[in-house]
Amino acid sequence: MTKPLTLFEKVWNAHVVAQEPEQPAILYVDLHLLHEVTSPQAFSGLRARNLKVRRRENSFATIDHSIPTTSPNITGGDQLAARQMEQLENNCRDFGIRLYGVNSPQRGIVHVIGPELGLTQPGMTIVCGDSHTSTHGAFGALAFGIGTSEVEHVLATQCLLQRKPKTFQVRVEGTLKTGVTAKDIILALLSRIGIGGGTGHVFEYTGSTIRALSMEERMTICNMSIEGGARAGMIAPDETTFQYIAGKEFAPKGASWLVHLNRWRSLPTDAGAVYDSSVTIDANALTPMITYGTNPGMGISVTEPVPDPAHVVDSLDRSALEKSLRYMALKPGEKLIGKRIDVVFIGSCTNSRISDLRLAASVINGRKVAPNVRALVVPGSQAVKRQAEAEGLDRIFKQAGAEWRESGCSMCIAMNGDQLEPGQYAVSTSNRNFEGRQGKGGRTFLASPLTAAAAAVTGTITDVRTLLND
Amino acid sequence: MNHFPEFASRIAPLLVNDIDTDQIIPARFLKVTDKAGLGASLFADWRFQPDGSPKAEFVLNQPQHRGAGILLAGNNFGCGSSREHAPWALVGYGFRAVISTSFADIFKNNALKNALLPITVDTSVHRKLSELVLNEPSVELSVDLESQTFRMPDGGTVRFPIDGFAKSCLLNGTDDLGYLLRFEKQIEEYETMRFGSGV
Repeated sequence: MTKPLTLFEKVWNAHVVAQEPEQPAILYVDLHLLHEVTSPQAFSGLRARNLKVRRRENSFATIDHSIPTTSPNITGGDQLAARQMEQLENNCRDFGIRLYGVNSPQRGIVHVIGPELGLTQPGMTIVCGDSHTSTHGAFGALAFGIGTSEVEHVLATQCLLQRKPKTFQVRVEGTLKTGVTAKDIILALLSRIGIGGGTGHVFEYTGSTIRALSMEERMTICNMSIEGGARAGMIAPDETTFQYIAGKEFAPKGASWLVHLNRWRSLPTDAGAVYDSSVTIDANALTPMITYGTNPGMGISVTEPVPDPAHVVDSLDRSALEKSLRYMALKPGEKLIGKRIDVVFIGSCTNSRISDLRLAASVINGRKVAPNVRALVVPGSQAVKRQAEAEGLDRIFKQAGAEWRESGCSMCIAMNGDQLEPGQYAVSTSNRNFEGRQGKGGRTFLASPLTAAAAAVTGTITDVRTLLND
Repeated sequence: MNHFPEFASRIAPLLVNDIDTDQIIPARFLKVTDKAGLGASLFADWRFQPDGSPKAEFVLNQPQHRGAGILLAGNNFGCGSSREHAPWALVGYGFRAVISTSFADIFKNNALKNALLPITVDTSVHRKLSELVLNEPSVELSVDLESQTFRMPDGGTVRFPIDGFAKSCLLNGTDDLGYLLRFEKQIEEYETMRFGSGV
């Protein structure tokens, strides 16, 4: 009898090109996504060594990190950013890589358009010079972020040198209550295992709760695997996955579809396969989550008080919490509900897809953005933007007084001019609340689109369940 | 020839856990198209006042730690984004090693590709080093990659783990890409197996 394997092991094994004794594996990469910020030095490296791109059809590029969301005009603003974007255009032209550029109707955040175009498929290895590449694991792909040196390696050889990571099962069982979303599942996981808890591992999310999630919800969860230290997070493909992919531009068609489907159905973890670590989360007990500190593991239920450093034993952990609370200007034991905020950001590769915007609009519809709040809604791609406009969501946001933008990473990474002012508080649907992440001196509370929308209309941190009438 | 000979250096203690790459090099400095020059922006928001003047209390601005080539940091150093600009900035500033109890995976990979040693020690060694440098800021550690050890001022040596492949690359002055390119034939065979001959 053959050894039962996990989803991760099956995908890994199918991509090992060669491995010498004691050396890292040479892992084949099926899909390489590129963007303007982490690729210029990789292309320079290729030029310096006089190398070509080995397999151009496996690489796709877009412009997302520094692109303005006020208008798609890149020359009006930041000259450095404009030069970087132009350089990606030049590099893609010189090396023959397909680019969804500034004027492409298909451009958007790299982790939103990959799935949208059908590029992301089960069983693939997917890399990008961006840590949130873990998003694509929602399809049962092994997808992880790489550095710029590795971007160069993939361009030149379509391969990477990798040590095999360990596996970590995150089992989520039960039914989510009203007002509780995929974002709350991942924030709850991170608050439990901490931001280093998954280091050296690949997560596999399993259980009845995960099976019941849509693809977009699964992407939200896999997206933040890296916030737990795991480079990748995976979910076994199922009918939900196949339905999502079917008919997309790059999805297999006709007879090829059936061949792929057959292969994809063999990917889920075998009965009896063993994980190196595991944790179980009770979805029935989850409530809307929010972060209070300066890393994504510092999360609590929105109704809970801010933790007290006096209760932390380890001195470095205690000083980290004290430092966080100082930065956030929060007091131990303080309730977050009712805390006045300045900005709401709905967007990012975590929560900028159409279902996220629908959730946010469901709370904002018929209400007004509070006078003390600046609310930005930034769709994840131009396709999401068009879909939202077709559904009238843009009108809901605009009538409420929110700003409706072009797609891009925007205020998640604050490279494009969308940023917090020093000292401002934001409730954000993005993935990182590190010091200064959304603008120097800015203070971020991470939460779901529902919780962010609730904060937008009340002007304070709010338990969204008090606004939902069902 | 050993491309990574033993070196001795003072230590800058930055005893904070979970130092993320947004602190190491904030995103607004990522709009560059080459690797050079990022050292000037290392830890920018912790190191400088809004007007650009140095924050006197930050470790790298303290005279006794200026020029240190070893950074002693809290656990989970380098968490967050995949930006290789983080090791570029650390190396650009003059660091040759970071000592911590743990490193984020992507950061560790990126560091090793840029001749920045991520040295993992256990908590007791970490505590000893912290006390040592806080009591005697001028103390020097001697780090030898070949034997995977560093020598404490009292003469004791501490062995540290390092990926064997990365170690041989650093000692021999080779890199991943040179190694990968030697597998051209196997990659081609793999592609043929997966995608057919392509004609």
